[in-house]
Amino acid sequence: MLSLCQNKIKQSVSTKLSCRLFTSLFEMEKLPFDFTQDNYEKVDNILSKYPSEQKRSAIIPLLHLAQDQEGYVPESAMMKIASIVACPVSKVFETFTFYTMFRPKPVGDHVIEICTNLSCTLRGADQILNAIQDKLGIRIGETTKDNKFTLLEVECQGACATAPVVVIDGNYYEDVEVKSINSILRDFARDVVPKSGTQSKRNGPEPIGGKTTLKTEPWAQKIREDL
Amino acid sequence: MLSSFLKQPIGQERLLSSLFTTKRFYGGLNDNNRIFTNLYGDFDSSVTGAMKRGDWQQTKNIISKGKEWIISEIKKSGIRGRGGAGFPTGLKWSFMPKNDPRPSYLVINADEGEPGTCKDRQILLNDPQKLVEGCLLAGYALGAKSSYVYVRGEFKKEIESLQNAIDQAYEHNLIGKNACGSGYDFDIHVHPGAGAYVCGEETALIESLEGSTGKPRIKPPFPPQFGLWGCPTNVNNVETISSCPTILRRGSSWYNSFGRKNNHGTKIFSISGHVNNPCVVEEEMSVPLKTLIEKHAGGVRGGWDNLLAVIPGGSSCPVLPKNICDNVLMDYDDLEKNNSSFGTGAIIVMDKSTDIVKSIARLSKFYAHESCGQCTPCREGTIWVKSLMDKIVEGKGTKKDLKLLESLITAVKGNTICALGDAAVLPIEGLLRHFRKEVELRLID
Repeated sequence: MLSLCQNKIKQSVSTKLSCRLFTSLFEMEKLPFDFTQDNYEKVDNILSKYPSEQKRSAIIPLLHLAQDQEGYVPESAMMKIASIVACPVSKVFETFTFYTMFRPKPVGDHVIEICTNLSCTLRGADQILNAIQDKLGIRIGETTKDNKFTLLEVECQGACATAPVVVIDGNYYEDVEVKSINSILRDFARDVVPKSGTQSKRNGPEPIGGKTTLKTEPWAQKIREDL
Repeated sequence: MLSSFLKQPIGQERLLSSLFTTKRFYGGLNDNNRIFTNLYGDFDSSVTGAMKRGDWQQTKNIISKGKEWIISEIKKSGIRGRGGAGFPTGLKWSFMPKNDPRPSYLVINADEGEPGTCKDRQILLNDPQKLVEGCLLAGYALGAKSSYVYVRGEFKKEIESLQNAIDQAYEHNLIGKNACGSGYDFDIHVHPGAGAYVCGEETALIESLEGSTGKPRIKPPFPPQFGLWGCPTNVNNVETISSCPTILRRGSSWYNSFGRKNNHGTKIFSISGHVNNPCVVEEEMSVPLKTLIEKHAGGVRGGWDNLLAVIPGGSSCPVLPKNICDNVLMDYDDLEKNNSSFGTGAIIVMDKSTDIVKSIARLSKFYAHESCGQCTPCREGTIWVKSLMDKIVEGKGTKKDLKLLESLITAVKGNTICALGDAAVLPIEGLLRHFRKEVELRLID
């Protein structure tokens, strides 16, 4: 019965991430989880930011910590977090399923997230996506056979003036072109992390043709007299 | 007359003709009037570098002027929220209750997710001390015991940069116990988001900060009455708060001298899309859109006459065709007059090679993905808008589909718990107002 349901659900799965998550919940392995000793120091640091009666505010930072440790968030990690913040597991589950950054299943060694929103598309994100798909032989949502790369499509990453943007393992690669993305993927394939940021001659979102403002360091300005 | 002209403190370029005419030119901001002096990260972003550029000067004296003075100065400066809504900041601060036994909080919205916008990122990376000092001064004025900066989860480098800035400020006794020797205790904490555009809405952000899903609350009550953990809270954008120390230090009349009436100050614009030099730049408010694009972004690809349309304030703002872009000013009032909005000042430029219908359809996909699902008009409406737009883009749309799309605008707009519903249908409204013919050409009947 359960496998019939699983198959039915899988057949009707849409591209919406929430639907993919729903099916994957049935497949989650119940692995034991605990934070590492170093990470328990970070747990204490996170909890100290909030009033002692408001531990639930630590749920999202702790989910991030668990994902950084394991590469995804096992169900057992959510149970551990629920015990740390003293709330029902369902509360942690509910929060986990809402946010797009959290992953319920293991992914490849390197996660490639490409923005295809408007500013990036206008600057050639489609060509970059095609180049990645051709080079790795996978489509969006898939992982390479050697488990090296997972490719995901994401929404606006907040770096539109340096579009197109590809985020790999959380590092922003901006002003990306087809030849630069191929070089970046070659480095990651060898487990070398190439320099993040803009892949062009500019350092950030200053005009690439030359700065029109702040060409020299401005000095402190005159303060009002009544201070 | 010439000597009094030379003493003028305001920063616009004064053409000789302006001596003889009353026409005011907007858009010639000089570097010595820019607030964000390390926008591109070319200079030292540490406390020492920031102090050299003027940050943390006379902070104790500003605090000693008192809360009422600070709020009054911010009101007089005319600064409006830079996160998209454009609500007068001083007025928003004055909504905090007096003599309330509950602790108050200042929350900073660094969940920069509006497509086209990439300005707050530059402040967090390169000028974070402005935000830290702004939090202290705003927090003091609001009577807040501490501040939480909610940064979108994808901004890992920015979170690290901000946390370093906060740690340095603690080490220099600028915040924490007896901040700047003022006698006021104030803490600042960084809290990460996890990938949800809707958490840019203030009540959704508060829900997320409390550990829940980012589903907005019905307003009223507003955050100053019932906010974080049920306490009085003021949620402000990074750029707004980061501008406050300079406003308080140089004077509200200095800030007020830029921009038109009710649209004062300076703004960091993000310019992306089909321009020669996409960039982020701080310029005077009310600058003509054409001047801004040609002066700082190298002009439209292929020349100004190759322009098709511009989205002036981020994806939630209705698109403007070229004939309006020729003359429109980048401020709240002029864009509203032209049936669009200023939003975050994120300018997305599209030239004549653009498939405008496909571009707006891409935005519909974004809103359908980002809807929190709480209220029916948005949850169902965004999915319907996306599927109808996809159908039209594929060339399978009918006149009936177009009529349904138009009815969805009325069904969703104003009928949702938060503004995401409005934001989802406003691009369609702009498309049908200015590019209806392009849509009708795609229909099969």
